[in-house]
Amino acid sequence: MNTKVTFDPEVHPPKLYEGYKSTVGRAPHKPLVVVKKSLGELTGPLFKDFELGVLDHDLTRNAINEGEPIGERIVVQGKVTDEKGNPIRNTLVEIWQANSAGRYVHKVDQHDAPLDPNFLGTGRCITDKNGNYKFYTIKPGAYPWGNHPNAWRPSHIHLSLFGGSITSRLITQMYFPNDPLFGQDPMYMSVPPKGRELLVSKFDLSITEPNFALGYRFDIVLRVTPFENQ
Amino acid sequence: MNLKQTPSQTIGPYFAYGLTPEQYGYNFKSLATNLMVDPETSEGTIKISGKVFDAENNPISDAMIELWQNDGERKLFGRFGTGTDPENRFVFHTVKPKSVDGQAPYINVIIFMRGQLIHSYTRIYFSDEQQLNDKDSTLLAVPQERRNTLIAKWKGGHYEFNIRMQGPEETVFFDI
Ligand SMILES: [Fe+2]
Repeated sequence: MNTKVTFDPEVHPPKLYEGYKSTVGRAPHKPLVVVKKSLGELTGPLFKDFELGVLDHDLTRNAINEGEPIGERIVVQGKVTDEKGNPIRNTLVEIWQANSAGRYVHKVDQHDAPLDPNFLGTGRCITDKNGNYKFYTIKPGAYPWGNHPNAWRPSHIHLSLFGGSITSRLITQMYFPNDPLFGQDPMYMSVPPKGRELLVSKFDLSITEPNFALGYRFDIVLRVTPFENQ
Repeated sequence: MNLKQTPSQTIGPYFAYGLTPEQYGYNFKSLATNLMVDPETSEGTIKISGKVFDAENNPISDAMIELWQNDGERKLFGRFGTGTDPENRFVFHTVKPKSVDGQAPYINVIIFMRGQLIHSYTRIYFSDEQQLNDKDSTLLAVPQERRNTLIAKWKGGHYEFNIRMQGPEETVFFDI
């Protein structure tokens, strides 16, 4: 059986979503050309030789200057699998986020909320042999943006993953349960209803660390890589 | 078991301090840069540069480009944001991949930016490989009038590869 492996339109957002205004001038218009996969598409970077820093996974400590970052400490962990539930081992997970006040370190972010001298807001780790990853961080704040009047992004963490080949490449955002800002957020609403709950982490008391950090679980499912599918 | 894929979301405008930190001057080690090989020591290093244009033909200053090439001998990866060059160009230093199975050499390109809810894939071919390009099965699957959007032009010293998100010259993007 020659099933076409692709980004599942039941859960992925469309390229053009008018509620998210900047898609209008930036989303491709012409139909994609289907390509027979060659070596380039069947493989991807593995980052075997890159040495992660010992604090790269701990955003509560990886940018300390004079004290601890302000905000609610959280632990975010989950499992990276393919669609068949097979763990994706030794794959890179990169994250970036706003601080607890809803402000990014990025120079372009002009939101009038304080920077935190002890928080950079980025980290990375490699999944273990069971596909699990884990970060310590500070719960990000909501922030306003210019998409529509009184537009606010729900609290979220940006994530970047590779998986087994460049076809499983994914950039996504993790949200927090029951956020009242979901309904007015075109990023969240651009996702078909079936996919939305897949972007929301679950509070989990069993991974909450006593006297230290609340636990949120966020499992990630990547496309089966064509190599595995052959 | 058939789990649903985690949906894609935009990279947004604020990726640089996380994904391309050293390039943008942030104090965090970059995992990958635009030096896919060391131009000082690698023989046959080529430079590829270009811009990403939006519907209004303005160069996009907050895109991130990833290149991946694998010709069976060398696997090379690069990553670069368009926000540090005065003209909003991306620039990569690499080597031209070899032809595999008689096909034209190419480099895979992944494009991320604010305004894209899901990333785009394209390929870079080379203008000085016309013989191989003319019989490459992927290029032949692309309508003839659009093939040139995939071919980096030799400009004497470097290759130029511009990416147009929309318009009559829209780059061919692939479903891979
Ligand atoms: Fe964000």
